[in-house]
Amino acid sequence: MRGGVMFGRLRPLVAAAGRPLANPVEPRRQFRTGESRQRDRFRGYEPRGSWDFGKEMAEFRKKLKEALPGSDWNPLGISKDLPPEWADIVIVGGGIIGWSVAFWLKMKESQRNAIRVVVVERDLQYTKASTVLSVGGIRQQFSLPENIKMSQFSAEFLRSINDYLGFFNEPPIDVQFNPMGYLFLASEDGAAVLEENVKIQRAEAAEVSLLSPAQLQKKFPWLNTDGVALASYGLENEGWFDPWTLLNALRRKAMSMGVFQSLGEVMSFHCSSTEMVTEDGELINFPRIMVANVQMPDSIEYSPIKCSIVVNAAGAWSGRVAEMAGIGTGPPGSLEEIRLPVEPKKRYVYVWNCPEGPGLETPMLIDTTGAYFRREGLGGNYLGSISPTEDEEPDIQDLEVDHEFFQEKVWPKLAHRVPAFESLKVKSSWAGYYDYNTFDQNPVIGAHPLVGNLYFASGFSGHGLQHSLAVGKCITELILEGEYKTIDLGRFSFDRLIKGEQILEKNII
Amino acid sequence: MAAPMALRRGGRLLSLLRACPRYSSRSSRPAAGLLKGRILPYLYDRFYDMEAFIDFGTKLTGWNLERKNTHYLRIQEKYGDDLAAAVFALMLKGGVRFRGQTEWYREHNRKRFCVDLVNYQGVPLEAADFSGSIISYEGLGSLVNLKALKHLDLSRCPNVDDWCLSRLHVFGETLEELSLAGCPRVTERGLGCLHHLESLRRLDVSDLPSVPCKGLVRILLEEMLPQCEVVGIRYDEDELTLPIEPDVHQGQTELLREAARVQKTREIPA
Ligand SMILES: Cc1cc2nc3c(=O)[nH]c(=O)nc-3n(C[C@H](O)[C@H](O)[C@H](O)COP(=O)(O)OP(=O)(O)OC[C@H]3O[C@@H](n4cnc5c(N)ncnc54)[C@H](O)[C@@H]3O)c2cc1C
Repeated sequence: MRGGVMFGRLRPLVAAAGRPLANPVEPRRQFRTGESRQRDRFRGYEPRGSWDFGKEMAEFRKKLKEALPGSDWNPLGISKDLPPEWADIVIVGGGIIGWSVAFWLKMKESQRNAIRVVVVERDLQYTKASTVLSVGGIRQQFSLPENIKMSQFSAEFLRSINDYLGFFNEPPIDVQFNPMGYLFLASEDGAAVLEENVKIQRAEAAEVSLLSPAQLQKKFPWLNTDGVALASYGLENEGWFDPWTLLNALRRKAMSMGVFQSLGEVMSFHCSSTEMVTEDGELINFPRIMVANVQMPDSIEYSPIKCSIVVNAAGAWSGRVAEMAGIGTGPPGSLEEIRLPVEPKKRYVYVWNCPEGPGLETPMLIDTTGAYFRREGLGGNYLGSISPTEDEEPDIQDLEVDHEFFQEKVWPKLAHRVPAFESLKVKSSWAGYYDYNTFDQNPVIGAHPLVGNLYFASGFSGHGLQHSLAVGKCITELILEGEYKTIDLGRFSFDRLIKGEQILEKNII
Repeated sequence: MAAPMALRRGGRLLSLLRACPRYSSRSSRPAAGLLKGRILPYLYDRFYDMEAFIDFGTKLTGWNLERKNTHYLRIQEKYGDDLAAAVFALMLKGGVRFRGQTEWYREHNRKRFCVDLVNYQGVPLEAADFSGSIISYEGLGSLVNLKALKHLDLSRCPNVDDWCLSRLHVFGETLEELSLAGCPRVTERGLGCLHHLESLRRLDVSDLPSVPCKGLVRILLEEMLPQCEVVGIRYDEDELTLPIEPDVHQGQTELLREAARVQKTREIPA
């Protein structure tokens, strides 16, 4: 069997002779990464099936069109990225979390193509996805050990990203990591909490130093230390990077390992259900997702994917996806009533220019007020913002930016902290959605207690990017091996919503 | 029919031989040779077996690099951090200098240096020369415990990158001289975290192919480290001094340059 496969795979040499010569500068790999290996099995049997067939089809379509009365009606629509009919695991949402889960599933499968994974994404331009609209920060300064460990794992992954995601015949991946650290400032009131947090971080072997206002002044002369009682400064594995590069690298690698990508929106699930009776005679319904219905863009058709496991990685929209499985729609008092409390919350980011601003040593600075900024490139540009308070929460209909907000809420705070910012020029801005967990601002990870084949990985409330790589691995372990191995994320399970136990992270920006 | 086919195929093989290597795997030098530069990628693209083979080879190289960079834990426990670091430096064909010495110690015969070094037990290591070696992030782990390191030479190390520079903060109070000359993977992003080195007197940043806008970077470095002499970049050295040979980082450097010029990028919807 093995030998047969091997010779079959050698056959492309013969087939290759018929192919036109590609531009030598262009990496040829690109032809192949797009499709999965599973389909490649047929490679040996037809001479380069895809282009031959595609050309024939195009001709056929043209002829058919000519034969029909003039209109722009297209007899056979071209459906790209059509979902496969069945899959073992369907991942809803192709943001960083979705692709990370897909990548790790493929890394951990026992043999090639042992599991069929499909990532369903409705917008391949990623116009609204939080991943590409984020600030790209990574830090270890959290107050929960799990969060610290996840960041450490991600930092380590980013450091050896080429071992994980690189291709032999392509230039190395460069995520543009800026190892500049996070600088948290605390006022008199916050100093005790800050110190407490640093203790937790150091127990996890994070390199964090505490600075007094005098030390701070010496290190960063451009800083106004008014009202600062204490600061903590991350020395290693903290900074920011380019989320686009990471997302693309993950996606390409995962697809080259055989993950299917499908363009479309998951609109509903088809569930079967089993009823069970508890000891005291209560009837409990255990639904199980059997089919995910995917709607193609510009089409009213659904295409069903039969599946055994669904991962909800739809970011800010994951609350809605959970509802499709009946979560949060049950009668009051039942388990089904408890919804996934993840909602989109709009956050603005502003970019400004200030030639006199802080220099090359600028860290990601988090002010006592919660306002933050960091350097962007070398040309005296900075970006930053603040999270609105609860009663200032903007409307989430669209991603319009409120410029007043910068003038009134962000600028005064930053100009107070860094006097050089008193004169600055806003150059651009954007807005993105936090996948905000209204219950306790921490992610919900793991399976649902009733819908046993629906796994969550969302609600990261502004730190999902840096945790994505670790979460992908942990969820994979949970799915394939039934327990967490790398980092125990048991505390983040859905059960805490049922019990009403909040797990609060103190460092939310 | 057969003739044109053969011609075509011949042409392809010729192009294989002709075109210059653009990308190579881990090596950062542009000229990786015909085999690595063209033929292997060609085969890699076409055969799964070759792909598996080459991927395995790459992993092996990575593993070997890591192995050579591992900590000398036993020596460290027995003889202390300074000797362990010295052994590590000598194993990588580098040099060391202990306090009180004026000459570099560069004995590369393992048996002999093991005997000699014992005399220096308890003497702090003041200078380490790793120039041209394969020291990596892991390897720096054997240095971070040094309490009196004043002089560190990492010039021309292909595996020294920004992550490595972020580890140097531990020498904040002692390090006086640092050379990063000719490190192909060091960029301006890593140079930023050298501000931790408060005692630095001399910093050599010559010939860093991945750093864009060199003149500007020098000015920023001098602002950041006012007490330190920054050598190796002229103020007027900027975009015009592009590397002439195509190198692995070229694409990225250009991107960076672009990014530095048209400040920030596609994330921002216009
Ligand atoms: C302004 C801002 C700054 C941030 N800064 C940081 C930071 O510094 N550090 C950090 O770690 N994190 C940061 N974040 C948070 C981080 O971006 C998110 O937590 C993370 O990107 C979440 O990734 P995701 O894959 O879950 O979501 P997304 O990237 O939003 O991906 C979800 C995807 O699912 C798709 N989708 C939704 N519903 C469906 C459906 N029914 N069918 C098919 N597809 C669907 C969407 O189109 C989307 O592409 C920031 C966020 C914002 C908004």
